[in-house]
Amino acid sequence: MPTDLSHLDRIPGVAKPDPILVVDNMRKRFGGIVAVDVDHLEIQRGVITALIGPNGAGKTTFFNVLTGFDKPDEGSTVFDGNIIDKVRPDVLAKRGMVRTFQLTKALTKLAVIENMKLGAKHQRGENFLRALISPIWRDQEHSIEERGDALLARFKMDHMRDEYAGSLSGGQRKLLEMSRSLMTDPTLVMLDEPMAGVNPALKQSLLDHVRELKDEGISVVFVEHDMDVVQGISDWVVVMAEGAIIAEGPPESIAENKEVIDAYLGAHHDTPLDLDAGLETDSGEEEE
Amino acid sequence: MDFSFVFAIDWGFIFDQSLKQAVDINAIVYALAAIGLNVHFGYAGLLNFGQVGFVAMGAYGMGLGITYWQTNPALAVLIGIIFAVVFALILGVPTLRLRADYLAIVTIAAAEIVRLMARSTAMRSITRGAEGLNEFIGPFRELNPFTPSAEYGFGPFVWSGNRFFTVVVGWTLIGLFLLLVWQLMRSPWGRVVKAIREDEEAARALGKSAYWYKLQALILGGVIGGFAGMVMALGNATVQPDFFVAPLTFFFWLVLILGGVGRVWSPVVGSIIFWALITFIQNLGRQMVDDGLIPTSIMDTTQVDQIRFWVVGAALALLMVFRPQGIFGSREEMALDAN
Repeated sequence: MPTDLSHLDRIPGVAKPDPILVVDNMRKRFGGIVAVDVDHLEIQRGVITALIGPNGAGKTTFFNVLTGFDKPDEGSTVFDGNIIDKVRPDVLAKRGMVRTFQLTKALTKLAVIENMKLGAKHQRGENFLRALISPIWRDQEHSIEERGDALLARFKMDHMRDEYAGSLSGGQRKLLEMSRSLMTDPTLVMLDEPMAGVNPALKQSLLDHVRELKDEGISVVFVEHDMDVVQGISDWVVVMAEGAIIAEGPPESIAENKEVIDAYLGAHHDTPLDLDAGLETDSGEEEE
Repeated sequence: MDFSFVFAIDWGFIFDQSLKQAVDINAIVYALAAIGLNVHFGYAGLLNFGQVGFVAMGAYGMGLGITYWQTNPALAVLIGIIFAVVFALILGVPTLRLRADYLAIVTIAAAEIVRLMARSTAMRSITRGAEGLNEFIGPFRELNPFTPSAEYGFGPFVWSGNRFFTVVVGWTLIGLFLLLVWQLMRSPWGRVVKAIREDEEAARALGKSAYWYKLQALILGGVIGGFAGMVMALGNATVQPDFFVAPLTFFFWLVLILGGVGRVWSPVVGSIIFWALITFIQNLGRQMVDDGLIPTSIMDTTQVDQIRFWVVGAALALLMVFRPQGIFGSREEMALDAN
């Protein structure tokens, strides 16, 4: 069951009841720029955590480091009780941490269903020698295909089943990537800007799918720079700016957080009226 | 205009020669090397510009197996395979973690290193330098079930017993490797390899070790290239370092692109067409010069050999304009790359 986090202190680095991911003293530098500078962060299991921040805050770099695609200069990460420093991304995926990409990576010259089947773990036919003898992997292949078809149907992508993934629209590719990641039976799904470049109609259905992940007991972390998206869907919001975690809390507390507003608009903004108006409209929409 | 020259040319001879060369040992060697290249580039997306190095490794491995280590033919073939595997490891282990271009740079240099080492005086006691290995064919000839003095085949496809043996072995190998590639590429293994070709990071994010699969594909394609070298060695009864010059790699590429990248059959069809075309142009050109249809002031017979590559180059350019996917390739797939 999703945990109620409302009683937690709203300070950066606050301890969670049952963290699935714990980050300590993580630094990542590119030349003189410190892209990631996180002292302590815990991600709660079984809820949707949003990682937000203005452009250039280091969200994607942080994400890459967490998922093994980039190596931190220092610091350590614990996933599900195991230290995962220097663990390769493919190994992380096998252990249950799967990610998507900001620029979707559909495998363009493979059919949609083949994209799906790729995600399945423990495939006997992925071994070179066993691949040579079809009876070894044929039955498993069928059951994987059924799972793939079921997921495609759930994401309303079944009509595209046999099309090349390269012929999908941007939004469909996001859906494909998300459903494909579920083929790995993940415990933690990391979505890098799942709503970027998606039209409003599809955005809603994507949000619904993210909620469904939580209902299945999967922990979700997603990166987003648009605060509106975050409000309706996340249980907890982590705000990054200039590489550091500057705020944490339930979504409704974040929009009023002074640090966050400063980070988004600059500390010396002279137009508080516009800002207030903007925020009111935002929260107003959410209440509808 | 006078078209009587058409009758002066021995068309029967030209067609016979072209048909024979289309399936002869050269075509087999090119087809095998291109099958290996197809595994590399067509399926795994590896840019190998040194396929001729694998061919050389196979040829030298087998040749040295007999002449230097004095093994039997089966072990000699195994040594040829091992040479190709080792070459793949040397090339792949340091580069496959890096971006695709690094492999390309390393392969083109490594293939030349192999050739120059084989012909170097320092290696002379082993590889016999530029003279090459000339005494390994005996044990293989003993395996030949055909009578060396007899002729085998029909129509234009007639070979002496020894050569026919190599042709049969070569086409059998082609059949086996096509079957192997077809089976692998429809298996989950092939799916991972193709996924890595499309997007390595996506494959890694889904739990596939891109590095390990790329290494496997490099080894597989390299070993198939090694077999091309072995067939070449058997056909010529000699292994000489200067067989394995860098341009050969680009002919293998040409054959692959001609047939269509990433299709099981395409390397074989590409090779057949390539050799038929080359032979046709060469023989036609020679006859036209001999018959005085082309004055020697424009071109003599030795220059015909160079002109044939011009024509093939022009044909390839036209292919790229009108059918960029090759003969077997899918235009639809090509179009996806544009997105």
